[in-house]
Amino acid sequence: MSTAVVTVNKGVFRGFNLRQKTLLIIGFTSLLLLAIVISSVEFGDESLHTNFGSKNLNPSPEHPFGTDWMGRDMFIRTLKGLGSSIMIGAFASTISTILAIILGLLSSTGKIADSFIAWLVDLFLSIPHLLLIILISIGFGGGATGVIIGVALTHWTGLTRVVRAEIKQLKTQEYIHISRNLGKSKWWIATKHIFPHLIPQIFLGTILMFPHAILHEASATFLGFGLSPHEPAIGIILSESMKYLSAGYWWLAFFPGLSLLIVVLAFDMIGENLGKLIDPKNAHE
Amino acid sequence: MGYMENMGNMGNMENMENMGNMENKTKTTAKEKKKTEALLKVENISLSFIQYASGLRQTELKVISNLSIEAHSGEILAVVGSSGSGKSLLAHAILGILPSNAKLDGKMEYNGQQLTPEKKEEIRGKEIALVPQSTNYLDPLMRISNQVIGCVEEKNEGLMKKVQRDIFQKYDLKPDVDRMFPHELSGGMTRRVLVSTAVMSSAKLIIADEPTPGLDEKTLNETLSYFKDMANRGCAVILITHDIEAALKISDKIAVFYAGTVLEVANVEDFKNNGENLRHPYTRALWNALPQNKFQAIKGHQPMQDEVIDGCIFYERCSKKNELCSKGIPQLKSVNGGVVRCNNVS
Amino acid sequence: MLDKDKIAGFIGNKILRLLSLLIVVCFVSFMLIQYSPIDPVRAYIGEMPVSAEHKANLEEYWGVNTPPQEKFLNWAGDALKGNFGISLIYRMPVTDVIKERFTASLVLMAASWLFSGILGFILGIIAGMKKGTWIDKTIKIYCYVLAATPTFWLALILLMVFSVYLGWFPIGLSVPIGVTAENVTFLDWFLRLILPALTLSLLGVAQIALFTREKLIEVLSSDYVLFAKARGEKGLDLVLRHGIRNVALPAITLQFLGFSELFGGTVLVEQVFSYPGIGQAAVAAGLRSDVPLLLGIVIVSACFVFFGNAIADLIYQFVDPRIKQQEASI
Repeated sequence: MSTAVVTVNKGVFRGFNLRQKTLLIIGFTSLLLLAIVISSVEFGDESLHTNFGSKNLNPSPEHPFGTDWMGRDMFIRTLKGLGSSIMIGAFASTISTILAIILGLLSSTGKIADSFIAWLVDLFLSIPHLLLIILISIGFGGGATGVIIGVALTHWTGLTRVVRAEIKQLKTQEYIHISRNLGKSKWWIATKHIFPHLIPQIFLGTILMFPHAILHEASATFLGFGLSPHEPAIGIILSESMKYLSAGYWWLAFFPGLSLLIVVLAFDMIGENLGKLIDPKNAHE
Repeated sequence: MGYMENMGNMGNMENMENMGNMENKTKTTAKEKKKTEALLKVENISLSFIQYASGLRQTELKVISNLSIEAHSGEILAVVGSSGSGKSLLAHAILGILPSNAKLDGKMEYNGQQLTPEKKEEIRGKEIALVPQSTNYLDPLMRISNQVIGCVEEKNEGLMKKVQRDIFQKYDLKPDVDRMFPHELSGGMTRRVLVSTAVMSSAKLIIADEPTPGLDEKTLNETLSYFKDMANRGCAVILITHDIEAALKISDKIAVFYAGTVLEVANVEDFKNNGENLRHPYTRALWNALPQNKFQAIKGHQPMQDEVIDGCIFYERCSKKNELCSKGIPQLKSVNGGVVRCNNVS
Repeated sequence: MLDKDKIAGFIGNKILRLLSLLIVVCFVSFMLIQYSPIDPVRAYIGEMPVSAEHKANLEEYWGVNTPPQEKFLNWAGDALKGNFGISLIYRMPVTDVIKERFTASLVLMAASWLFSGILGFILGIIAGMKKGTWIDKTIKIYCYVLAATPTFWLALILLMVFSVYLGWFPIGLSVPIGVTAENVTFLDWFLRLILPALTLSLLGVAQIALFTREKLIEVLSSDYVLFAKARGEKGLDLVLRHGIRNVALPAITLQFLGFSELFGGTVLVEQVFSYPGIGQAAVAAGLRSDVPLLLGIVIVSACFVFFGNAIADLIYQFVDPRIKQQEASI
């Protein structure tokens, strides 16, 4: 019993311990995403002017992602598309999170409410997700609004289950029983004992929703249900690019899709690393 | 927390006498063996883990330190200590099946040969067998007979199947048990199946890790008798348990495990009267805490695994401590046919 | 071996649940489309100019002026008789369109389901066995990247590489709508299948591989594997003996629970490769407001997902001996 706590630093990030490494990854990826959103707003529409003199150019230092059939710079188009993807993702995730919190809390109020919400979750999961988004977007008149509503209304199921299970588990805890026996009100127990445990879970759940929301929006748009062709969107860019594939203009599809992949991956990484911070037990690797 | 150590079952004296018969028989054989070399020698081993503490800090946690024991053929050595003090890890360390974040130092010898990790891998399951503590150690989706037979070449399968059936017969396990899944076994059956796995291997050293938790009196004695049998057939048995009474019934020697180390190895005959033959104050306290003795618990609790202690590990709770005890770990001394780590014994 | 009464009860229960689910799904989707602000006639004719008379004909044909309740009851009544109406864009009975299209999609989905399942399971086992090594890290990164890859983008890339650049497959894979399955040679049909199936398989690997890896690591750190090691078992034999046995059931269950995502992926992939399956039909029906066809496809897809979940349930309740035992003891 001579040695006790020793901090050991090793791994790829030599000089950092795992906590610092995790924070570093979160910070870096968040910064990247923020930069994309800000610059997509900063570039005005004039930077997307049509210039038929420079149409269908290969990627070059001047146009890193090449240009399209109207001579527009693909890098700026991609950036603007990613910006709107992230913003739509943020909006949809927020709505879905709010829905998940409301439904999760509602399910804890009684048996009937609980089985109703379980049924509702099953109902939403019974149709393939993409088809459901298409249905809802048609129901709300299609276009950008339709798809955004479709994406926002269909991503709450997973988090609702988490909230529901978490509340159920917390309710059986000893200290909640004690509080109840001490005559604390339901509201007091909810705010003092239940919310503090739920908030990290909900936050993490929202981040983990992002990638799905972004990919679903892009998919629906690609299929032609979402944003209209003159709006900046990765789905539009890629569905346009299909017309030029046989002409060999590979860059029209390659870079925008790859950028979308990187954005989605960045969100996944933030989610996973946040998860490690919240629940260090899973971080033994 | 002080009476954590006497969690053992409240055995009755009648049973102790029954067992006494067997003891006399083996005492002679044990004495003969004492002159021979130990089958397993564990010298000053230490074991620590690298872990993540809160906020992802990496820490090193020491669970076993300066531990020495010896196991002789034909003898039962009981390692007695409270639950959760790291006794199982001692078994895993001997077998070389520790998790990858464990760090093991010290020396081990088996049959006069250095016990390296490669050697452990070679002889475990053949020379050394483990009898685990519960049904969790059986593959939940594999039928019992396949499990007990283990991994064998196809041409030997028929023969092994016959051997397994014979062993099951001996332990009164009916043929339908062969095709059962682990969750279908009763507690007593699980015990016998687990013991069968060790018999199947014809190992010379048996390590039983907590083989008697939550057993009723009859099953407990039955299980203990299986180990006695093994020792009588010339095996060395290490019985790891928190139940000192169970250990006293069948063992030849008792190693007292405390906070990651062995404080004393006493002969079973030393446990009598008020424990005046016992060498370490903790062993004596443990003896006196038993209900049929003084039923006195000692104050305090075992030091936590992350506490830094320079002197004797029992210092805080010892009634005879002096200044020397707080400086440096006491040397291991041979006293009166046993060994002890205490400054106040001569 | 299996209890006949129990299976009958299981199937009865499932059928009841499926029926109640279908009623709600039909009603909700019908109302969503019915109250959509999109004008079906406009969506159908698109930009082309038409005469007022022609438009009136179309409106009559679409039933724009029929009250929604009546329309739903008409439709539901016919649906109960197995008649889902006439597809407006294909001009044939919806059941026929779905039969033809869904068969094509089923072949595609089954191929990629099997391939991704087997490959994912093997990759997961390798990664789990070699946990922490570069092999494990490579497989993990591959899975994470795939999980973040937009399906339609991967489809486009494969199309570019294999059809445009290498020229191994034709670019325009579509077959005219009039051409039925009999007129297509097996080779044609097989060539059409390869790229879409490859896309779906590559993407499907990620989830099953990561799951298998996690599960195997969990099994390998279990008490029973520790005991097996103590008994001298090691290496590949140990993994084959205890790992596969304990990981396979949950992995197969997961693969069956993935029918919903598989269907979504098929929709996208069929669109890129112009594969004449149910996904392509769904997109066409959605974009051009072919209400009967869209409703038919929604119902079929709901049944498809339900079927996958039911099989997963079946495995869970009847195949795993532990669960069997628990049920019996209750």
